[in-house]
Amino acid sequence: MFQQSIKQCGFVAYQSRTKTFLQPTTNTVEEPLDLIRLSLDERIYVKMRNDRELRGRLHAYDQHLNMILGDVEETVTTVEIDEETYEELYKSTKRNIPMLFVRGDGVVLVAPPLRVG
Amino acid sequence: ECFKKKKKQPTATLTVQLTLACVSAPQLFYSFFKSLVGKDVVVELKNDLSICGTLHSVDQYLNIKLTDISVTDPEKYPHMLSVKNCFIRGSVVRYVQLPADEVDTQLLQDAARKEAMQQKQ
Repeated sequence: MFQQSIKQCGFVAYQSRTKTFLQPTTNTVEEPLDLIRLSLDERIYVKMRNDRELRGRLHAYDQHLNMILGDVEETVTTVEIDEETYEELYKSTKRNIPMLFVRGDGVVLVAPPLRVG
Repeated sequence: ECFKKKKKQPTATLTVQLTLACVSAPQLFYSFFKSLVGKDVVVELKNDLSICGTLHSVDQYLNIKLTDISVTDPEKYPHMLSVKNCFIRGSVVRYVQLPADEVDTQLLQDAARKEAMQQKQ
């Protein structure tokens, strides 16, 4: 049941407040989740269901795309339609949350933060 | 020397999160929430209801039990004035707002890297 090949290319030392950890690591990016691993401790952009977007610092994730984000700004976009003119008015609501757990089943897209211009 | 693999057991200062992440693979967030039992959190559900309470317990499905709850946000949603404790099915959770100072981000990042490695193998 377990794969025989172990794709380790070496060890990397990671420092926490109290300890240094040695973790086996592969530096090759093999699957999409590896791309997310490269973004740990970086700011990312997350698009979610129901026209929501998050921008925050990625602290943890798992294969379900459950995530812990720090310093998060959530943007909720709504469309209001004028009854007479049928004009579409796009409104967005933002709020800031210092530390947030996001359940993976709401996540649609994970990317580096969008740079304007 | 610093690359010699150390086999000694994690000391008591190491939190529950990282220790349990080593034991069985898909347990990162379960362990993380267990380390937050007793802290105040705000659970935002997919139906837009936000519930503030003390985290009493969590399970492998990330079902949550909260005690001493109150509805945050203007109480425009179900008035649960008489409800003190509740059980929330994990699948209806959208967000859990956490106290930032209770979270060791460095440890979390290390645990996430480990978990990612374990998932691949």
